Amino acid sequence: MSLLDYFKSSKVSSASLAKERLQILVAHERSSLNQPSYLPQLQKELLEVIQKYVNVGQDAISVSFEQDENQETLELNITLPELITKKP
Amino acid sequence: MARIIVVTSGKGGVGKTTTSAAIAMGLAKKGHKTAVIDFDVGLRNLDLIMGCERRVVYDFVNVINGEATLNQALIRDKNCNLLYILPASQTRDKDALSQEGVGRILDELKKDFKYIVCDSPAGIEKGAHLAMYFADDAFVVTNPEVSSVRDSDRMLGILASKSYRAEQNLEPIKEYLLLTRYSPERVKLGEMLSVEDVQDILSLHLLGVIPESKSVLNASNSGTPVILDEVSDAGQAYGDIVARYLGENRPHRFIDDKKGFFRKFFGSKQ
Ligand SMILES: Nc1ncnc2c1ncn2[C@@H]1O[C@H](COP(=O)(O)OP(=O)(O)O)[C@@H](O)[C@H]1O
Ligand SMILES: [Mg+2]
Repeated sequence: MSLLDYFKSSKVSSASLAKERLQILVAHERSSLNQPSYLPQLQKELLEVIQKYVNVGQDAISVSFEQDENQETLELNITLPELITKKP
Repeated sequence: MARIIVVTSGKGGVGKTTTSAAIAMGLAKKGHKTAVIDFDVGLRNLDLIMGCERRVVYDFVNVINGEATLNQALIRDKNCNLLYILPASQTRDKDALSQEGVGRILDELKKDFKYIVCDSPAGIEKGAHLAMYFADDAFVVTNPEVSSVRDSDRMLGILASKSYRAEQNLEPIKEYLLLTRYSPERVKLGEMLSVEDVQDILSLHLLGVIPESKSVLNASNSGTPVILDEVSDAGQAYGDIVARYLGENRPHRFIDDKKGFFRKFFGSKQ
């Protein structure tokens, strides 16, 4: 690949990179716009409680909120660490 | 029925004031009595772009406070007698505009004008909120650039939830995309987001694309809205936009790199 090709290809990717980043960000911001404001705090406190009993990391828990015409759903997802099976 | 158009974006410096001046002039030139209001309290600029800065006596805040009548404050445009400008106040008091006051003045204007164009300040603070609150239509001015697109999306969320129409459960504000400062050459090189890219993300009805153009600076230097420069690309782009808004069917222009063809054959002189 010549030097010229290198600059060409890096240029081609800059607009598509921008688009990709925007799509992810905008989707995230749209979904978090309608979320109740207590959500981050709830997530933090839940994590503290769970950590008392199970050794999980920061990202082991996710709380999501969904809303349609007739109901609101609060979804709580906890990923427990894999069981460490003893070697025979 | 009168219609209130807000020209908004979230981000600053994308071309709201340029657009407000151009479309207000375009609507008036098409025979519709139009008022254009500068909502940028403390940073009055529309008067300069319209070329009436030396004729400002009273402003928007004076009218709200009853220190002047609407007729005293409205400045008739020098190029078109169906166009009037209501300048912003230069006060540093951020609370000079009130929702009640703005609503009262807009109601009064609606009796006499067909279109009322509100030039929004940047940001999502009080001034920007009041500029869009009573709107029927929103012209979302966006540059093909990440931060501008993101801010436009934020603004769409606000238009859909924090406006009078939203609060009263009326038909929502009609939103239109105006993509400005577009460079087809740079899009072709993959350096700039394309019209399709921006539409994919914002899913808005495209009213028009305004190219990056030297004519915009020339127009602001002389205080005449760029739409009056009928030979310029930006002037024609704004002309198309006004016509489309009024229901005319005009094909989109200024999206493709036309010069590219000639350059390929004759080479660039630069
Ligand atoms: N299509 C365009 N081509 C070139 N320059 C532009 C274009 N539109 C706006 N500008 C320039 O961008 C700057 C900001 O425009 P302005 O209308 O004041 O933006 P805003 O009101 O959103 O802050 C000005 O210097 C203006 O001349
Ligand atoms: Mg402005």
